[in-house]
Amino acid sequence: MLGRTANSLFWMFRYLERAENTARLLEAALRMALTRDLVTAEAEWRSVIATLGLQKAYEAAHDGYDGLQVWNFVLRGPSNPGNVRTMFGAVRSNARTARTNISSDVWEAVNENWMRIDRLLARPVGQTMVGEVLGAIRRAGTQVHGAFDGSILRDEGYHFARAGTFIERADSTARILDMKYFLLLPSLSYVGSSLDTGQWEQVLRSVAGARVYSWLNAGQIEARGIVEFVVLDDRFPRSLAFCRNALRDCLGALARTHGVEGRAVALMRDSDTRISHLCVDQIFDQGLHEFLIDFLARNASIAHAIAEDYRFHA
Amino acid sequence: MQGRGSNFDEMFDGEGKTRPAYAEYCRWYGEQPPELMRRKNREADDTFRRTGITFNVYGEDDAEERLIPFDMVPRIITASEWRKLSRGIEQRVRALNSFLYDLYHRQEIVRAGRLPERLLRSNDAWLANMVGFTPPGGIYTHIVGIDLVRTGPDEFFVLEDNARTPSGVSYMLENRETMMGMFPDLFSRVAVESVSNYPRRLARSLAACVPPAFSGGKPTVAVLTPGIFNSAYFEHAFLADQMGAELVEGSDLRVVGGRVQMRTTRGYKPIDVLYRRVDDDYLDPLTFNPDSALGVPGIMDVYRAGGITIANAPGTGVADDKAIYSFMPEIVEFYTGEKPLLPNVQTWRCADKDALGYVLDNLAELVVKEVHGSGGYGMLIGPTSSKREIAAFREKLIAKPDNYIAQPTLALSTCPIYTAKGLAPRHLDLRPFVLVSPEGIDITPGGLTRVALKKGSLVVNSSQGGGTKDTWVLKD
Repeated sequence: MLGRTANSLFWMFRYLERAENTARLLEAALRMALTRDLVTAEAEWRSVIATLGLQKAYEAAHDGYDGLQVWNFVLRGPSNPGNVRTMFGAVRSNARTARTNISSDVWEAVNENWMRIDRLLARPVGQTMVGEVLGAIRRAGTQVHGAFDGSILRDEGYHFARAGTFIERADSTARILDMKYFLLLPSLSYVGSSLDTGQWEQVLRSVAGARVYSWLNAGQIEARGIVEFVVLDDRFPRSLAFCRNALRDCLGALARTHGVEGRAVALMRDSDTRISHLCVDQIFDQGLHEFLIDFLARNASIAHAIAEDYRFHA
Repeated sequence: MQGRGSNFDEMFDGEGKTRPAYAEYCRWYGEQPPELMRRKNREADDTFRRTGITFNVYGEDDAEERLIPFDMVPRIITASEWRKLSRGIEQRVRALNSFLYDLYHRQEIVRAGRLPERLLRSNDAWLANMVGFTPPGGIYTHIVGIDLVRTGPDEFFVLEDNARTPSGVSYMLENRETMMGMFPDLFSRVAVESVSNYPRRLARSLAACVPPAFSGGKPTVAVLTPGIFNSAYFEHAFLADQMGAELVEGSDLRVVGGRVQMRTTRGYKPIDVLYRRVDDDYLDPLTFNPDSALGVPGIMDVYRAGGITIANAPGTGVADDKAIYSFMPEIVEFYTGEKPLLPNVQTWRCADKDALGYVLDNLAELVVKEVHGSGGYGMLIGPTSSKREIAAFREKLIAKPDNYIAQPTLALSTCPIYTAKGLAPRHLDLRPFVLVSPEGIDITPGGLTRVALKKGSLVVNSSQGGGTKDTWVLKD
């Protein structure tokens, strides 16, 4: 496969994942804003912008953190070059570039969803529409992944696409957790008591894990349990451990089909020895924030190594 | 514009009776509830949009991608009509290849005084560095599109030859797929020649032209595209996909060890046959346009040394020139020793003084085209132009007569299209696609029918609002 095509598959799925995760983050914030007081709501919208790393661009364009303003900025803001509408454009143009390496089912799922979402995001998204728009963005991810699983040859292209998905997902989960932890820091000086359980629930909702977590834990919301679930539970498909395992499989398969292990595999191994046997207490001991920052940096360097190992660029 | 005189309609004769080729189709059509046809018509548009069968229009910010309108009434050609046409096409394509070989070798046709030498000197597509070089298999035009128009029951003319990089074959294929998807019952009632194996035949005919450096095994074929912003990107991706070939861009390619190689995730891999959809000018910045980022530095050297096959061969555009076109009857006769089976449209070369005089006196009646133009741009259609447009064109023509040819405004045939108010006749043309390999000449039955959607209009180009139809060649 061409290096450029591998790059397109990798980024097509990164952008798709990023769009979906952004929609989940907004959905969780929307729910929070509807169920809590104004001050909490504003803080929540502020944390959305911070989690996405958009503070500077946002504050240059807007005063105050009003929900309507925030989601329009994130979804379609012209002064936000990484808005969701642009992300979908990037999903589609990468899919077009890799057109000969994806099935018609995948292409049509991408194209149809792009047409729908691009139309929805062509005008400002009001209160009455935002739920529908976010739902459409989430479903786009589901449909493309569904078409992909059902129709794509399990060759290197499949693994490049999956690598993109799990690099991006791990990045997103780690950022959401880190931002909440940062906001909650004062109350964590004594772990285990008087936590704002609503805020922790918010983490779960942003990673689509609220229902399954409460099912596993009989409805008990508790910081240690949530961190353990979101970081270490390898049964949960948006946990760091799950993403890590999936990425390890992709890199292994790529190394086998190419007959050579690259730098990405070495970085993965190095990173594994640091986290594979961790328990949640050790994470809190070394500091959750420090742990997550280290994780994000390693994740990014693996992504970089994949691009080099497989000649994404000339 | 109103077509002139009484046009030949391919579906109905002068008394409104259905012609035999369309008899079964019209019976079927009459049985369809009008509401169903309205719904199917909407469906067709959705299908094309969903599958992304689009083309890009240059110079329009707003519409990066547009659909070529598809008309769901097929254009039907009988088996015997097609047999005649394909004999004429084969003869013409054979002559084109011999002509190109000769131009880049001994130029017998010039020596024999049958073609003025100035036509080569003034031809932008002429490539001096192809002189004396014979492409692998001796093939210059691997893929040719011959544009035909019809004016009567037995009157077909060649309007132009596309030997450089004919496009549109993906529409021929997708139109058929769409029709079969929408009206499966129709195809069980009418026996139509299949077109679906075109990509396989294309792959086979490209693979039959491996260069001397080919090292055995399965030849590596790649399609070179300028990229996703090119107007025909959909077609490039479509053909690569259907052939199982890599779709490459200039940035993927590099000359390594005397071969043109593509950057894969496993390292560089040599390409044997490159089906390029990039113009000569952009093919090699070392040889042609130095600013081109679309091509491969050094590919021409590799080509001349036998390291790669380029399809179509660089320099074939010479034959697309409309001044050369006007000599095609002589060219066919010179190389085949036969009278041309398919006539040209009468053509005045404005480079000739007498012809120029006639053209200037009759601008309001004629179609005047640029010698190197394509896509329906830069031409004058006298009968539909205003006095001012004609006056402006007259000045351009006088300033540079060599740059123009003129043709009569033809009474192009019509075939009905589907409209909200029922069937309505529109003018059309036909582009059959021809594959040439050392194994022979292969013509896909039918081709791409382009149809003017505006009442009376004679312009069928997709860049000017034309549409397409599925083209049927009936089985005997």
